[in-house]
Amino acid sequence: MNKILLIMRREYLTRVRNRTFLLSTFLLPTVIILFIAGSVVISQQTKTRHRIAVLDANGYFKDYLKSDSSISFIFSPEIDSSNYAQKGATAVMIIPPLPEDKKTIYRLKYKQQLGLAGNADLQGRVDNAIVDHLIYEHTKVSRAQLDSLRLQSNIAELRSYEDNGTSVKESSQGLSFGIGYASGILIYLLTFIYGAMVMRGVMEEKTNRIAEVVVSSVKPFQLMMGKITGIGAVGLTQFLLWVILLVGLATVAQGFISPDTMKEVQQMQQASQVGDASSVARAGQAAQQLYKVQNALATANWGLIIFCFLFYFIGGYLFYSALFAAVGSAVNEDPQEAQSLMMPITLPVIFSFFIMTVAVQDPAGPLAVWASIIPFSSPIVMMARIPFGVPGTVPWWQLGLSMALLILGFVGTTWLAGKIYRTGILMYGKKPSWKTMWKWAFHS
Amino acid sequence: MNILEVRELEKRFSSQLAVDKISFELGQGSIFGLLGPNGAGKTTLIRMITGIFYPDEGSILFEGRPFQPEKDILQIGYMPEERGLYKKMKIGEQAVYLAQLKGLGKQEATSKVKYWFDKFDMLSWWGKKVEDLSKGMGQKLQFVTTVLHEPKLIILDEPFSGLDPVNANLIKDEIYALARKGATIIFSTHRMEQVEEICDHIILVNKGQKILDGTVGEVKRQFKENLFRVGVEGAAGEDEPAAFEVVNRNEGDWVVKIKEGYRSNDVLEYFIRKGQLVYSFTEILPSLNEIFIQLVEGTPRARQFQTV
Repeated sequence: MNKILLIMRREYLTRVRNRTFLLSTFLLPTVIILFIAGSVVISQQTKTRHRIAVLDANGYFKDYLKSDSSISFIFSPEIDSSNYAQKGATAVMIIPPLPEDKKTIYRLKYKQQLGLAGNADLQGRVDNAIVDHLIYEHTKVSRAQLDSLRLQSNIAELRSYEDNGTSVKESSQGLSFGIGYASGILIYLLTFIYGAMVMRGVMEEKTNRIAEVVVSSVKPFQLMMGKITGIGAVGLTQFLLWVILLVGLATVAQGFISPDTMKEVQQMQQASQVGDASSVARAGQAAQQLYKVQNALATANWGLIIFCFLFYFIGGYLFYSALFAAVGSAVNEDPQEAQSLMMPITLPVIFSFFIMTVAVQDPAGPLAVWASIIPFSSPIVMMARIPFGVPGTVPWWQLGLSMALLILGFVGTTWLAGKIYRTGILMYGKKPSWKTMWKWAFHS
Repeated sequence: MNILEVRELEKRFSSQLAVDKISFELGQGSIFGLLGPNGAGKTTLIRMITGIFYPDEGSILFEGRPFQPEKDILQIGYMPEERGLYKKMKIGEQAVYLAQLKGLGKQEATSKVKYWFDKFDMLSWWGKKVEDLSKGMGQKLQFVTTVLHEPKLIILDEPFSGLDPVNANLIKDEIYALARKGATIIFSTHRMEQVEEICDHIILVNKGQKILDGTVGEVKRQFKENLFRVGVEGAAGEDEPAAFEVVNRNEGDWVVKIKEGYRSNDVLEYFIRKGQLVYSFTEILPSLNEIFIQLVEGTPRARQFQTV
């Protein structure tokens, strides 16, 4: 035990003292933020504006079709279905007379695809125009009246509560989705980053030929465990630094919010406790936004989420890093060899990531439930479900079973990896096949 | 007392018999040579003695009791042939770390490392990384980390490879000094001249089996061919000597082989009777190198694949 601690200490210190540790700790979040910001900016910048010429045989679409920044409609007698491109339109829509008693086909001719979303959008606008027109035809309520009614009708707000039997708790689907998605991605990334770090560390020991020196002092299993726990501690340290960074940034950001806005937020909070939402309507936009964020954040069960995140991060890391260590021990200098042996390990991780993206949409579905119980995928998938509520969406028995299986799972992978590692670390030469590694695990 | 006794040790890998019923004993303070061609099973044998592998059959006694790897490896210092160090780690810290793995406390380890570094003129290198060291310096560091915890049994696999003669002598002197202080040394190599110079006792392993066991003198006598070099003044007679046959003759320098049933004195008697002056008379013993080649040759150079 003492020796595992010694090895762990060395693994931890050599990595934390390294300049790249600090660099990656601050660089990774920056890169992620830049990546998200960049992709948002790009997707907005590159949104194509469609100009659709309309050839309407009914005569009323001119008044009912609504143009905006993504689609604009042109009504001009000079445009026909052959010259629309020269006149600056990207597509032409030909609407024949639409009798009320049967379905009629209208056509879109284009040079430039609208895409799936664009098509649906266009169809919705045409449908709305028809509905508005029919309402006017049958009730003589004008479009202007309809529009003003629509604006005024924004008077109710849905809040959902989780029913725990004795008490009810306010919940936020959006926040649950966000937390679930973010924790899923984070555990996915960390599993890969630290798993690969364990593998490289083992390969380094093997190619440096220090492995045999060390295993003449300690058991190979101790060396492996020391490395895994040491690097795991590096991961936790890095995670802690991220939390501190995040809290620090949030505090700094709060300093920039004007005191008036904060006051309004407080008023809203007090008012909403007595069920009155009228102050929300009176408050400024900034205050409303902030109030929404604060209100949503307060709905999450942070204690449980953080505990589970740490549990599944550590559990998933232990489960997979042992396998990564086994691969590292089996290969030689050539990183290509490692690639091919890593495949069977990386596949379930990537697969769990895809299940996770489904699970955040349907956290109680059978795929999400099973994937969150099986230890191969549970670290990533369970974290996508937990924010939706325990014991509502995730019953206690599922959480308990998932945790127990994960513990059993990593004990199992560690045992298996230990056996492969013990033989592999001293084997040089040809890359072993899975069959030989199986033999190392079960016949030696 | 024997520090190490190996009895009928056997180890097989999936289909290969790597070590086949090897037994030997090792007295305290002796320098023991473990010889054998590549792939003979030396490393496997050593790995069992250092607790890295478990034997399939047979037993190891350490200081007279059954070998308990967990505890006893702290008394063993092993410098493997495939050796290395953490390249990015400072050499002082690295030596202390490896000593701590052998069960030394941090302070004790630090003071011992300082003592050895001082001895090898390496103190100024303390904060340097291993990748900055020359190969010879690295070897010295490796040797220091092997003997630092004052092991009772030191196993050195090709300790002089990569060392210049000056540094090789330095290490050799340390090996003698350690043996004098009571440490037992197992020395594995294929450099026979070093074995002749250093070792008291040798065993030769080939294809997993022990084929030779004894002191250097015993082994040489066992393989002697009764060859003598005689320096004689004056011309020789033409008659055929009964006691020996002449293997080679260059003026007064004779190499003779004594025939079965005769002794060296019979050779001398022959020359004396002739009235010739004998000014030198030495037995030609085979070098270990010759014995090694004689024993190993004839067997396939590499071990053939065999099914068990």
